[in-house]
Parts: sequence; C-alpha cells; structure tokens
Amino acid sequence: MSTTATQKKTGRLARISAAGTSPGVPSPRTAYLGIALIAMGLLVLAPALLTPFELRQMGRFVCYAMVAVGIGLAWGRGGMLTLGQGVFFGIGAYCMAMHMQLEDAALRGEETPQFMGTFGVDLPWFWEPFHSPLMTILLILLLPAALAFALGYSVFKRKVRGAYFAILNQAMVFAFVTLLVGQQATLNGSNGLSGFESFFGFAIHDPANRQMIYMIAAALLVIMMLVAYWMMRSRFGELLVATRDAEERVRFLGYDPAIIKTITFVTAAVMASVAGAMFVPLVGIISPAELGVVPSIAFVIGVAIGGRATLFGPVLGAIAVAWAESTLAENFPSGWTYFQGLLLILVIALLPGGIASVGRYLRWKHRGEAGKPTSEDPAPSDPATSDPESENSQKEAAS
Amino acid sequence: MDVVLSQLVAGISVGSILLLAAIGLALTFGQMGVINMAHGEFIMIGAYVAFVMQGLFGSGVSLLVAIPAAFLVGGIFGVVLEQILIRHMYHRPLDTLLATFGVGLILQQLARDLFGAPAVQVSNPPWLSGSVQILGTNVPLTRLFILLLVVAVVAGLAALMAYTSLGRRIRATVLNRNLAETSGISTRWTDRTTFFIGSGLAGVAGVTVTLIGATSPTMGTSYIVDAFLVVVAGGIGRIKGAVIAAFSLGILQAFIEYSTTASIAKFIVLIAVVAFLQLRPQGLVSVQTRSLA
Repeated sequence: MSTTATQKKTGRLARISAAGTSPGVPSPRTAYLGIALIAMGLLVLAPALLTPFELRQMGRFVCYAMVAVGIGLAWGRGGMLTLGQGVFFGIGAYCMAMHMQLEDAALRGEETPQFMGTFGVDLPWFWEPFHSPLMTILLILLLPAALAFALGYSVFKRKVRGAYFAILNQAMVFAFVTLLVGQQATLNGSNGLSGFESFFGFAIHDPANRQMIYMIAAALLVIMMLVAYWMMRSRFGELLVATRDAEERVRFLGYDPAIIKTITFVTAAVMASVAGAMFVPLVGIISPAELGVVPSIAFVIGVAIGGRATLFGPVLGAIAVAWAESTLAENFPSGWTYFQGLLLILVIALLPGGIASVGRYLRWKHRGEAGKPTSEDPAPSDPATSDPESENSQKEAAS
Repeated sequence: MDVVLSQLVAGISVGSILLLAAIGLALTFGQMGVINMAHGEFIMIGAYVAFVMQGLFGSGVSLLVAIPAAFLVGGIFGVVLEQILIRHMYHRPLDTLLATFGVGLILQQLARDLFGAPAVQVSNPPWLSGSVQILGTNVPLTRLFILLLVVAVVAGLAALMAYTSLGRRIRATVLNRNLAETSGISTRWTDRTTFFIGSGLAGVAGVTVTLIGATSPTMGTSYIVDAFLVVVAGGIGRIKGAVIAAFSLGILQAFIEYSTTASIAKFIVLIAVVAFLQLRPQGLVSVQTRSLA
C-alpha cells in the first residue's frame, strides 16, 4: 500500500483527494492479474476439472458472486447496506423464467405455461412482453434499474440513510415475496417457476449447452468485476468513498451525494438482476424461498467475510461461503447454521475488513504501523455518516 | 358503515400486535441507535416460554405466569447480548444489524434443535374463548385481551419515562449522551437497563402472539420487518410516535386488505411508508436536533 504515508500525515481528507489511491483499490497490475486468474479458474479450469454436477453447483456460486460484486460496491464502497438484493435478483430471475416458460409453451404448441393449466387462467397481461427474447433482456436490465432509481433517489434525496435505508430495503424484500406468494394463479405462488426445457432456443438438458450457459455466467461475472474495478478507480469511485466517509463534506464541496449513491445502488441492482436471470437456466428453478429476507442477508454474509470494500473480497467470499454451505449443510444441517451465525458475528465484530484485511493486519503487526487496518474498510466509522444523534451530541458538546 | 366499523376494529387489533412487537424495538433503537435484528427472535423466545409454561401449569393459569416469565427471560437474553456484543459496536450501527442477525440465526437453530422445526401448539386459556360485541362487530376475547395488555404496557412505560428517575435518565441519555454522562448519569447502566426492558417487552409480545398465531422457530422474521416499519415511520426516541404509527399502519392495512388481498395490502403499506418518509424523513415524531442529518 503506497498510500499509507500520506494517510498518516493528513488523514482522511488526503485519502479522499489523492486520486486513484483509495484504500482497498488495487493497482492496475494486481487488479488485472487477479481478474485474469479468476477468469482462468472459472472459464478454463472449472469446465475442464469439474464433473457436470459440480459445474452446475459452480454456476450457482457464480450467480451469488455477481450479486456480491454489486453489494461490495454499494455497501463496501458506498456505505449503503443493501439488505434487499433479493428483490432485484428475483426480478431478473422471474423475467427470465417467464420468457423460458413461454418458449417451452410455444414448443409444445400451447398458449400458456403448464402450471396455469391447472388454474385454467388466460395469460396475464404482464406475461405478454416476455414472448420476445430481446424485450426480456431489456426488461432484465431496465426493470431493476427503474425500481432502484425510484427507491434510491427518493430516499437519498431526503437524506434517509444508514439503518433506515437498510430497513426499507428489508421491508421491500418482504413485501416483494409476499406479493409473489400471493400470485398463485399467475406466477405459481410459493412453488415458483421450474421445469424449463430451452434457453433462447438451446435445449437446456444438453451437456454442451449447459456448459455454454455456465460460460456465459462466468464471463458476465468477469465483466462485472472489470466494471467494479473501473468504477472504484475512477473519480466517481473516489467520490463514492468520500460520500461514505463524510457525506456532509461532499455536499459542501458542491457534489450531490444523492446522485452518487443512486447511481451505485442502480448498478448493484442491475448486477443482482443479471445474476438472477442466469440463475434460472443454471439451477432450473426460481421460487420465493430463494428471495426472502434471510436469503437477502445471506448474499451479504459472503461479502462481509471476504472483505466488503475490496475488489476480490466479495467475489471470493461469496463463492467460499456458498461452497461451504453446500458441502457442510449436507452433512451437518444444524451445525452449519450455528457456524454461519458465529462466523458472521465474529467477522463483523472483530474483523470488519473481512478476510482481505488479515494480510494487512499481519503486516501491520510486523512492521509497526504501516497498513494499520482499523477504520479503513469498515463502513462508516465517522459519526457524520453513522449516527445523526451522536453527531448532534458531539456538536453540542463542542459548542 | 358496518364494513368501516368492522375494518376499523380489525385494524386496531392488527395495530395493537404491531405496537407490542415494535415498542421494545423503539425503546432500544431510540436510545442507542443500534438495530437489534435478534429482537424478532426474542419474540420467538417469549412464545416458547408460553409453550413451556403451558406444559408446567396447564393452559388455564399459564398465560398469567408466562407474561412475567417471558419478560424476565427476554430481558436476560437482551442484557447478555448487550453486554457481550452490542456495547462493543455502538459506533457501527449497520454492523450491529448484521452481527445481531447472526445471533438471530443461532437462536432460531437453537429453538429448532430444542423444540423441533414444526410449529408447536399453545392453546388459548378457556377464559379467553368466545367473543364480545363491540360497535356491532364480533371481537374475539383474545384480541381484546391483547389490546388491553398493550394499553397497560404503553401506560406503564409512559409512566416509567415520565415519573421515575430511571425514565429521566433514559430521556437524558437519548437527548444528549455526553451531557448526561457529564451530569453524573451512568449511561452504561442506563443502556443496560433499557435493553433489559426493551427485550423483555419482546418476550411479552411473544407470549401474546401465541394467542393468535403459530409458534415456530422462524416466527420472529415475520414480526421484525413490520416492527421496524413501525419504528421508522414513528420516528425514534419517542413512544408516542410508535403508538400512532402502529395503529395507523394497522388500520391502513386492514382497509386495503378489505378491498384487495393481504399481500397487496402489505405492498401498499410499504409504499405508503416510503412516501411518508419523503414528507418527514425523521418519522412522525422525532426528538428535535440540530444535526445535519
């Protein structure tokens, strides 16, 4: 970390103004090398070494990792705890699932998906756009963007933030799932959509096609990591970290924090939606159980453990946690829940920077002070962003 | 007219349950600014206390024993949680949220291992079966009991806040923590006591929801989201806000539910809260501050 000397001298403001050197942003060489290694592992090694079943599992982990990239940006870099990514994941997943259901129905020469037959309903109006593949892809990108913009901008403009924002997200996911479960005849309620046959004209059960779908998902993840890195490195990324650490100062400098936060929130939402859209052909089912309050927080757990404000932490953390869950939960279902809870508590309480900060911490222990890991990665430690009450009381105490 | 009245009664009933689940949360969130996601699990613990008491005393008197017992058990869980985890994280409210969610996961699994994953049956005491006529609609006695209990709890809490030295200490700490500390108030002790009361009230809420709903390890999740909405809409730091918000949301939900479905009603209530925060970002009633937020 070349920035530590400046940091020590002038503190936080220097970190904000020194372009391209925010903590947690790796140098281009490290970043591209790391992304290339991950791309290599996912696109070359995994298809070559894993069995079809394991590759299918890996596809699921890749989807979680895509959500994690977005959460890393919004929460790690922007300080917005997005506890409602299940909504955007679900929008993408259901858009894709509806399209694939209609495709299957067309192959069978029917008008409506199979499950609707049992309820004897006509195709509802909101299924109509999903006849077209192009429209489906557009909606997968635009619907979550529009929703995230509407919620984000209206909320951030009124300076609702921190815990309030997290709670609103959570309420949103709760309402969304309730809504889905209630749509028994039109979206198959709590059973969700499943039993797909084809993906944009490709037979889904063909192993070659299955591998292709996995490759698309893995490539999308690599692209998202590149986007995340460019965002982190850009001036915008600097402003985002500045907004996280001292929102009022950014405002006084003439920027609008609401716009900065909204753009990030929208980006995270679109990433989650794309992840959901790829989840459906890879896993073959989407139901409200995958989207609720608890799964939405589970998305965050991997990010917290990996290192929320770093480039690689969220991706590696999400994949590691998902992998641990699928192997441990099979053998010790109740033990896994205890372990997950305990891990979350320990990492959040003792190691807010996640596993990614362990290296820096050890180096700091070795050398004395260089790379001290406190107050860098943990989201708002600054009273200005964390707690309006305490900020107020501090000010009053000072005056 | 009948419809309006019956929906109004239903709404007040929904609101009273919301308020009971939210009031402890309003207290702890209001005073310390920390979000205790395990609050829902404290409600679950209260419900299981009622279940255990039923096994010990039979379903006649068990309800009356269970309420103070659940208050105590919930309170102890709360103090332990505050002492071990939360007090180290007062400056990181978002992290507290996640860490206490981890605690919630563990408590849920503990309940699953101790009592089994399926819902357990807590039968209503015989003296609460039946219903009474209020304003021309049938109100089950259980709902009336919950409403009366809520009134008692709110009145008790308001009296505590207004007239006791503990209440004065709590209010002072909410208004200005540093100044309170300088005046000789032990804010540590105040925090711990507040947490005891807030978590204990979650336990009481747990006992009462066994009268109307199922008792299962995951029941906390469904109450916590609604309870948070009440706290956010009501504004932090004042009981009055939570009371008004709980009954408004309850009545709103009951009326929308009548013309549509329960799921759409939930969705519209959320939109209403977001819209309401546009008008009053700090919630309905808030402590006057000069902060920039």
